[in-house]
Amino acid sequence: MATHTHAKPDQDEALVRPIYETGKGFYVSLALLLLVCVWALYMYVNQVRFGLGLTGMNQPVTWGFYIVNFVFFIGISHAGTLISAILRLSKAEWRRPITRMAEVITAIVLAIGGLHPILDLGRPDRMLNLLTAGRLQSPLLWDVTSITAYFTASTVYLYLPLIPDIARIRDRGGKLTWLYTFMAWGWQNTERQKRVLNRAINILMVIVIPIAVSVHTVISYIFSMTLQPGWHSTIFGPYFVAGAIFSGIAALLIVMIIFRKIYHLEAYLKKIHFQYLSTLLLIMSLIWFYFTFSEYLTGIFGAEPHEMDIIRYKFSGPFAAFFWAMVICNFLIPVLILSIRRFKTIAGILIASISVVIGMWLERLIIVVPSLANPRMELPMGIYVPTMLEWSLFAGGIAVFILGFMVFSKFFPLISVWEIEEGRNEGRKEVEERIHSYLPGEV
Amino acid sequence: MAKWAMVIDLDKCTGCGACMVACKSENNIAIVGPDQAQQGRAMFWMDMITTFDGEYPDVRAKRVPKLCYHCDDPPCTKVCPVGATYRNPEGLVAQIYHRCIGCRYCMAACPYTVKVFNWEKPQWLDGPQNTFNPDVSLRNVGVVEKCSFCAHRLAKVREAADHEERPIRDGEYLPACAESCPAEAISFGDIENPDSEVYELSRGYRVFRIMEELGVEPKVYYLAKRTR
Repeated sequence: MATHTHAKPDQDEALVRPIYETGKGFYVSLALLLLVCVWALYMYVNQVRFGLGLTGMNQPVTWGFYIVNFVFFIGISHAGTLISAILRLSKAEWRRPITRMAEVITAIVLAIGGLHPILDLGRPDRMLNLLTAGRLQSPLLWDVTSITAYFTASTVYLYLPLIPDIARIRDRGGKLTWLYTFMAWGWQNTERQKRVLNRAINILMVIVIPIAVSVHTVISYIFSMTLQPGWHSTIFGPYFVAGAIFSGIAALLIVMIIFRKIYHLEAYLKKIHFQYLSTLLLIMSLIWFYFTFSEYLTGIFGAEPHEMDIIRYKFSGPFAAFFWAMVICNFLIPVLILSIRRFKTIAGILIASISVVIGMWLERLIIVVPSLANPRMELPMGIYVPTMLEWSLFAGGIAVFILGFMVFSKFFPLISVWEIEEGRNEGRKEVEERIHSYLPGEV
Repeated sequence: MAKWAMVIDLDKCTGCGACMVACKSENNIAIVGPDQAQQGRAMFWMDMITTFDGEYPDVRAKRVPKLCYHCDDPPCTKVCPVGATYRNPEGLVAQIYHRCIGCRYCMAACPYTVKVFNWEKPQWLDGPQNTFNPDVSLRNVGVVEKCSFCAHRLAKVREAADHEERPIRDGEYLPACAESCPAEAISFGDIENPDSEVYELSRGYRVFRIMEELGVEPKVYYLAKRTR
C-alpha cells in the first residue's frame, strides 16, 4: 500500500459521527443516569441537613464507603494519564486509538474521586479551613496537594491533544461553532503549531507520570502513616500504585469494549489492541498477587497479636467472603482467562476486566474497614453496615462517570483523529526507521 | 511549666461509673438514644472498658476507666489537616470544635479509640434536669470531641492563682472525674513537680500505662490491682 500523504477527509468519518448523530438509546440512558444523579444529590442534601448519622459509620469504624470509594475512584483514574503517558513515551504505535479514552477516564473519575473526601466531611461548610488553617504535616493535605496537581496536569494533558480535533470539528461547521472556535485556540495546523503542540505533549507526559505515582502513594500514606495494625506498612505506597494501575487498565478495557460496540469503532479498536492491553492486565494481576502475598505473609509469620486479629478478621472472620472473593476476582479469574489463548477473546477480556474492577473495589473495602473494626483497645469489635445513603452516593458516583463519558463523546471524538492520521502518514515511516536503527548493519 | 497527668489506681477503683456520670454532666456531653448507642455512637469522654476473665461460673469482670490519655507524642494531632486538635505546652491535647472539618482522621489515627464524633445533631435532656455547665462550649453536629482533662477548670484555677500571685497548688486543679470518684482512685496533678501526689504515685512498682510500647507517651498512669 502506498503511503498516504493526504488522507481523504472522510476516511475517519466514523470517529466524529457520534458528535452529529444521536440515537434514542442515548437519551434514554441520559435520562436514567440523570435520575440516579438527582437521587444521589437528594440523599447528600439530607446528609448535610441531618449529619453523618444517616450513614452506617460509627465508633470505631469511623470511615466507610466514602473513603473506600475515594481510594477506588482515584485508583481507576490511573488508567488514563499514566497508561497513555507510558505508551506515548515508549512510542508504542498501537496506543493511538486508546490514549484519548484513557485520558477522559482520568479526568472524569478524578473529579468524582476527589469529591469523595468532601462527602465524608462532617462539616463540609468548613472545607475552606484547609486553605486558611491547613497543616502541610497532615497526610490529608498531601492528598489535597497531589490530587489537585494531578487533576490540573491530566486535564491539560487531555485538552492539548484534543486541540487539532476541535479545530477539525470547528472547520466542519454545524452546531456550537463558537465553542469549538474558542476551544481550538486558533489552531491552523501549521508546522510551527504542530511542533509546539508536540513539545508541550512531550513535556506533560513526562511530568504526569511522577505526579500520577505520587497521587496513589500519598493516598496509601493516609493509612500507613497511622499506627494502626493492618495499615502501618511500608508496602502500602507501591501496593496502592500497582493496584491503581491494575484497576485502571481494567476500567479502560471495559470502556473500550462498550464504546467500540456502541459507536461501531471495530475498525479502530482491533483485537490486537485488546490483546496487548490485556497482557498488561495479566502482568498487573501477577504483580498484585505478589504484593498481596508479601503483605500477608509478613503479617502472618510475624504474628503480632493485633496484626493477627485483623488478618483473622479478613481470612476467616466477618470479612472472609469479601477477602476470598477479592482473591478470586483479582487473581484467579483474570489469570485463568488471560493466560489461556482460547479464553482471551473480547468477551473473555470483558469478563476479566469487570472481575478486576469488582475485586479492586473489594480490596479497598478490605483495607479500610477491618483495621478500624478491630481497634487495639479491648473494645467490642466494630460493625459497619452501609446504609441506603452510602449506596446511593456510590451509585451516583458511577452514574456521574458514565454520564460524563457519554456527554464527552457527544462533543469530542473518543479516538484521536489527528493521531490516527499521523500514524497513517508518518508512523509507518518512523517505525521503519526505528527498526533500522535497532538492527545491526544495513537491512 | 506544669505537665498535667493522671494516675488511676485500679486497686481502689470499684468500677462504679461515677466518673462517667460526672464527666458527662460537667462537659455538656450530648446524649444519644438507645438505638444510636447500639450502633456504636454513644458519647463518653470518660468511658469504662469492661472485660470478663474466666468461664462461668467463675467469672471476674474487669473494669478499667478509659479517657483520652493526652499523649505527649499524640498520633491524632499529627494527622489533623487543619490543626483542630493540638497539644498545648502543658501537655493537654485539645480540640478546637469550631475549626474541625469532621474528617475523623484523628479518630482513625488514635490507637486508644477515645475520640467521639457528633454523628447527629446533639441532644440533651429536656426540661428542668437540663442544666448546662456554662464553662464548657457546646459542640455542634459533625465535629470530633474528647476528654479535655477539664481544661476549663484549669483556666479558673489559674486565674485564682495568678490573682494571688502564687503557683497552682497540688490538688487544686482536678478534673470532674477525679473530684467525683468515691473511692479516691483517681489522682491528678503536675507530674513534673516532685512534691505532687501523681509524681509519687507514678513511680510506684504497680505503675503501667496502656500500650506503652507504641511510644506515644500517654499521660494517664494506671496502678495495677494488688493480687492476694
